[in-house]
Amino acid sequence: MANEPTIEPFRTFVSVAVPIDIANCDTDQIIPARFLRKALDDPDYARFLFHDLRFNAEGAETDFIFNASAYRGAGVLVSDKNWGCGSSRENAVTALVANGIRAVIAPSVADIHYNNCIQNGVLPVVLSDEDCATLRRQLRDGPGAEIAIDLETQTLTGPDQTSYAFEVDPFDKHRLLNGLDDIGFTQVHDQEITEFVNGYSARHSWAG
Amino acid sequence: MAQTLFEKIWHEHAIVTREDGNTLLYVDRHLIHDLHFRLFDQLKAAGHSIREPDKLFGVPDHSLPTTAKTLADIPAGEMREAVEVLESASKEHNFTHFSMTDDRHGIVHVVGPEQGITLPGLLLVCGDSHTSTHGALGCIALGIGATEVQHVLATQTLWQRQPKSMRITITGELGFGVTPKDVVLAIIREIGTAGGTGYAIEYAGPVIDAMSVEGRMTICNMTIEAGSRCGLIAPDDKSIAYIEGRPYAPKDAEWDKATNYWQTLKSDNDAVFDNEVVIDGNAIAPMVTWGNSPQWALPITDTVPDPASEPDASMRATMAAAIDYMDIKPGMPLSEIAVDMVFIGSCTNSRIEDLRAAAGVVQGRRAKVRTLVVPGSGLVKKQAEAEGLDKIFIDAGMEWREPGCSMCLAVNGETLEAGQRSASTSNRNFRGRQGVGSRTHLVSPAMAAAAAVMGKFTDVRDLAERT
Repeated sequence: MANEPTIEPFRTFVSVAVPIDIANCDTDQIIPARFLRKALDDPDYARFLFHDLRFNAEGAETDFIFNASAYRGAGVLVSDKNWGCGSSRENAVTALVANGIRAVIAPSVADIHYNNCIQNGVLPVVLSDEDCATLRRQLRDGPGAEIAIDLETQTLTGPDQTSYAFEVDPFDKHRLLNGLDDIGFTQVHDQEITEFVNGYSARHSWAG
Repeated sequence: MAQTLFEKIWHEHAIVTREDGNTLLYVDRHLIHDLHFRLFDQLKAAGHSIREPDKLFGVPDHSLPTTAKTLADIPAGEMREAVEVLESASKEHNFTHFSMTDDRHGIVHVVGPEQGITLPGLLLVCGDSHTSTHGALGCIALGIGATEVQHVLATQTLWQRQPKSMRITITGELGFGVTPKDVVLAIIREIGTAGGTGYAIEYAGPVIDAMSVEGRMTICNMTIEAGSRCGLIAPDDKSIAYIEGRPYAPKDAEWDKATNYWQTLKSDNDAVFDNEVVIDGNAIAPMVTWGNSPQWALPITDTVPDPASEPDASMRATMAAAIDYMDIKPGMPLSEIAVDMVFIGSCTNSRIEDLRAAAGVVQGRRAKVRTLVVPGSGLVKKQAEAEGLDKIFIDAGMEWREPGCSMCLAVNGETLEAGQRSASTSNRNFRGRQGVGSRTHLVSPAMAAAAAVMGKFTDVRDLAERT
């Protein structure tokens, strides 16, 4: 069970990329709180992503870059620093997934959001401020340009074929490459958990 | 080897540590609220059960209209469903649940410490970023995502990478009218909204030592607004006195065993932090945020900044966009910004001391704008009523409500209208946070009360001096 993929494995990925020029893009921008009770199979789920940036009060599309035809179907976002700050809502990642987005490139990614990405087969790629700014500029200048990502070799190729190396935690990489869900993985350690709990309960009986 | 407080608690909970440093941690307490109501079906569909239901505590908070006293008062639909499903899941899976008709219910981060569920030395998680609040009592408290919540339900464990360590020392003492909320806004302003990313933050120094346990919760609560998911403060006599006698706190011999252990929970004198920040507490003034990030906070005596003075191009653009969105102008004194509504509540500032501070400013005055006062729990509400605080608010023309998250994230039907501006004691001033097109300024309870009675942001020190 622990070795069967339960989420879509991430190996290589090539897609149109969309630049999001927002620093501190918080999870309320990514998905407004009023959608947090919606079921993941809600037919409108994909529309919740960036909803209040993408749609005006009448529900018509705004000129937000995500709506531009050249970027339709983008599977990669390139954002600015502190992407995904704010709440722990995993809906911010499931809304990305509902739009086919499998990777977010940013100078920094908020901690809880980062983990939520890993849990859903979305790769967060952290590059320097300058590299992210370069990629966003290239994507603005050449709408519809693609970015290629190879997780195995930890390299990303920009629209101008420049190659960037990126870091990824070995455990995150293993889980993404194999599409593993954590529960299955953890159950392998069941015996160790049981032994730990026995010792812990004796040491800290007050905590029971 | 010398250890920080965080490291001591972390190592005590480490079940498996991989070569890459990822660690499987044991979870002592798991809190859950109504927004996670769909997880129970998902867990069942995946064939999992709850491994240790006696470590799980549920309470509805996000989806409760603060006019509702019973389930029937909640409009039919997804709000009521969320509250109903959490309660029925508690019966099916046999975990503790404080229903909305139980005085013990309230905002999950108010209820945990209030009930003695939160204790020093524990590892506590909740699918909510403001779980950092609980670290005020000296535990590791982590906000987690929905998949991680399922993982904890199924295994009572959590995989994490050990964060780096930061210590923030607040020196000196706070001036008149300066509160824990002002301190944490000053901290976020100083280190930035991503300053704590990748770190666990220990708060220390004379200002923290002198601060009440409830005030410490306000500081730890907004740690996530500085990018860190975990803030904590070493337990001391004050926190141990706070815990003693609470319903879920250890008793008798177990209490003695616990307190003996808690005395050891402090960073060793020679512990090394990856980052040390020192902030002069004497220099902190009552704060107001002006933009759409909590780091954009300034003393009430200051003016709206000019983006032209920001060297970083993308930050300059974001500042300009915020000034536009907030409908303010560079150079405008913060004390000239008028508000349409005031919200006093949220897991940041809805405890009894917060309500006392607000009532102290309101007493003998009238609200000039609509003001909602939302206590953090049924027990806080009862205490406030016993002290006559409710009368002070009601006599001032304010609305005294039932407990819940209310307008902090505004998913209970209570929102600002597009274009409206609030003074809010909550924790986030993001675009649209309090409703589509809403404009939120974060302040302390005393500053919110001052804005309510003056109709605009006002230095609470001036108001208090006049009485």
